[in-house]
Amino acid sequence: MNALLQVRKVTKSYGDRVGCADVSFDLWPGEVMGVVGESGSGKSTLLACLSGQMAPDRGAVIYDTRDRGPMDVLAMSEPERRMLMRTDWALVHQTPRDGLRMGVSAGGNVGERLMAVGARHYGDIRARAVDWLGRVEIAADRVDDPPSAFSGGMQQRLQIARNLVTGPRLVFMDEPTGGLDVSVQARLLDLLRGLVREMGLSAVIVTHDLAVVRLLADRLMVMKDGRVVEAGLTDQVLDDPQHGYTQLLVSSVLQV
Amino acid sequence: MLERDVFMKFESENVTAYNFAYLDEQTKRMIRRAILKALAIPGYQVPFASREMPMPYGWGTGGVQVSAACLMPEDTLKVIDQGADDTTNAVSIRKFFEKTAGVATTEETARASVIQTRHRIPETPLTDEQILVYQVPIPEPLRFLEPSEVETRKMHALEEYGLMHVKLYEDISRHGAIATAYAYPVKVAGRYVMDPSPIPKFDNPKLGDCPAIQIFGAGREQRIYALPPWTQVVSLDFEDHPFEASKAEADCALCGAGDSYLDEVIVDDEGGRMFVCSDTDYCRARRAAGHVGAQGAPEGVA
Repeated sequence: MNALLQVRKVTKSYGDRVGCADVSFDLWPGEVMGVVGESGSGKSTLLACLSGQMAPDRGAVIYDTRDRGPMDVLAMSEPERRMLMRTDWALVHQTPRDGLRMGVSAGGNVGERLMAVGARHYGDIRARAVDWLGRVEIAADRVDDPPSAFSGGMQQRLQIARNLVTGPRLVFMDEPTGGLDVSVQARLLDLLRGLVREMGLSAVIVTHDLAVVRLLADRLMVMKDGRVVEAGLTDQVLDDPQHGYTQLLVSSVLQV
Repeated sequence: MLERDVFMKFESENVTAYNFAYLDEQTKRMIRRAILKALAIPGYQVPFASREMPMPYGWGTGGVQVSAACLMPEDTLKVIDQGADDTTNAVSIRKFFEKTAGVATTEETARASVIQTRHRIPETPLTDEQILVYQVPIPEPLRFLEPSEVETRKMHALEEYGLMHVKLYEDISRHGAIATAYAYPVKVAGRYVMDPSPIPKFDNPKLGDCPAIQIFGAGREQRIYALPPWTQVVSLDFEDHPFEASKAEADCALCGAGDSYLDEVIVDDEGGRMFVCSDTDYCRARRAAGHVGAQGAPEGVA
């Protein structure tokens, strides 16, 4: 079995400042990788480099495509990469507004990826949109409402439905629970965990919230100043942190 | 040089100091190059260095420049505005070319060799001796779906047209049917999605397999695109909501035509209305041939 995603020495700097440096890891099918670290530690830069939104200065990102086996994403042609983004990959933004079309109804938002890969039957598209709204706990009678009429938590769930409708294999999530209150966060995490298990998704989740990775991630990378300072199984890293910075992170969590 | 002779002949016969058809020869060459490129890549929007014309943007500056580049002294020009030959826009542009090019003008579709149109295709079928020039306000069919022009160009280049169907999906989810009634998007020769300018979707079937050359000019947006003769043009739709070329459910009140696109005219304050052909030339010709509608008087009777 090949690793789904092989990341090798990905480096990106902004002039003199380091974005991320020499990040390497393997992501296996069905595995969820958490990336934690404080603001400015290079988490989002890393995610942008992995998901093809930004070209790293050095390194390779090798993805195991369905039909042609492992390929370097960075060396792919743009149409190939965009096709991958629409079908096999999904990208969940921190702010739903970045990932949704705010002027288009919820059904249209979910259906867009289907139409982008050639679905041309209105009834089928709508039925699948309604089905997916149900899976993310949005009532079917909201299918024609625009996302602007939704609460923040609903918008985030809609964004997840829109991304997962084409049955991707790899999901990139940037702070999926950012800006939501804790009870909504808990439900969203529950939902995400269910979907990840049920669909056998692989995911890279960037967050600063240790509770999120505790619940979702199988493995964990801790980043500081653009470098990975510690990596391992989630429970191992969180329960027995070795690096000074990880120890600081873990002890900074407020206990209620 | 032939072009030079044409110019000299025109100069000697006209007291005006305009070059033939207003634009200078270099500008016309530039526009013709864009037109040739547009014809070579059907439906592709070719940028061109649009000139300031003596009329405001939105009045057909793009169409006028394309017409100017196409006109020859022996041409006969027809100008229509929403199907009519006698409205402000049509009259002004016709006069403009009468003055600056000295070409013959006509209101009869069959007699014209160049037809500049705003928002209609004539009812009379076009022939392979004719050029139809459209005035286009917004050439980009993806404009209101994707705000970034960089992105829309990329979408055209990579043939990513899923978003166009999102618009049609929204129509159906809101109105139960595809409610887009004009500027209905089409796919040209299986490749580029094109905005056919704001013609009613009733006219869409006339775009495809047409013997005439069709050229679209957008002055403010600086784009020219074209349909060469006999090009395949398909209106976008869904399998379960197929494209329908709709018109008002009535016959023309003046000439009785049941197959032409109709304008609704409000005639009083009590909700009274009548439907008449939007193509004035078509309606006039039918009445001259003796057809009479429900409210029409035969030709020559007051």
